[in-house]
Amino acid sequence: MSVSVDFSGLRQARWYRFALRFFFGGIICVLAGMIADKYGRGVGGLFLAFPAIFPASATLLENQQKEKKEKVGLHGTIRGRKVAGVDAAGAAMGSIGLMVFAGVVWQLLSGHAPWLVLLGVTVIWFAVSVAIWRARSPLVHWSKRKKRREL
Amino acid sequence: MLLQLLFRFLIGGAVVCAFAAVSDVLKPKRFAGLFGAAPSVALATLSLTISSQGKLYAAAETRSMIAGAAAFFVYAFCATWLLLKRNASSLLVTVSLIPVWLVVSFGLWFLLLR
Repeated sequence: MSVSVDFSGLRQARWYRFALRFFFGGIICVLAGMIADKYGRGVGGLFLAFPAIFPASATLLENQQKEKKEKVGLHGTIRGRKVAGVDAAGAAMGSIGLMVFAGVVWQLLSGHAPWLVLLGVTVIWFAVSVAIWRARSPLVHWSKRKKRREL
Repeated sequence: MLLQLLFRFLIGGAVVCAFAAVSDVLKPKRFAGLFGAAPSVALATLSLTISSQGKLYAAAETRSMIAGAAAFFVYAFCATWLLLKRNASSLLVTVSLIPVWLVVSFGLWFLLLR
């Protein structure tokens, strides 16, 4: 399956979707800093990978799909939940990239320029996540074909 | 202090929104979902921590972040299963699984990284 860019997604996006993400993103950054100040960098570091925005994103996605289906007279609850589930599967793959991100920053940050490490490691996160996404697709097709053959 | 918190809030919100905008224009949805685990909060927080506390402090934080990211994987995997197989509500699933993230991340940190 090929990846495409569709800017209509941005045009359709409502302002409150960004406001909610802005709010939760800002709050978790403030909380991560406060937790690190109070309980130490060990505990504070855990919250750098806290799924703060995920509940809002998944709920917004479900509602958006539901609205789309209801506009054409269909009941979109199940479709909305399935799309949110697919989005969560992508996040699971991205989280493996997030582990690599953390490991590389931990190893390289003390000896190199911070901006270079953060920029490079963001590229690494994307490359690892895309590689997992690409590797997973043929496996899913193979498993589906195998199931069909068994039936 | 209050100004610093406000600055942290604004930077965090802006970085999260930037990654969300990229996710909104990408298709298919499973690919766009990768951005659900984008290092947006980490990038914003680490940049501010490096400037205020130094590189060594920030590096120590990312060591714990490995456990947090592993917990995120477990969280997202459980959410995928519940949404696709059990057809549960997104809000209910994603909020009720937060304790799973807390238990796994603190458990891994306590057992392996403390």
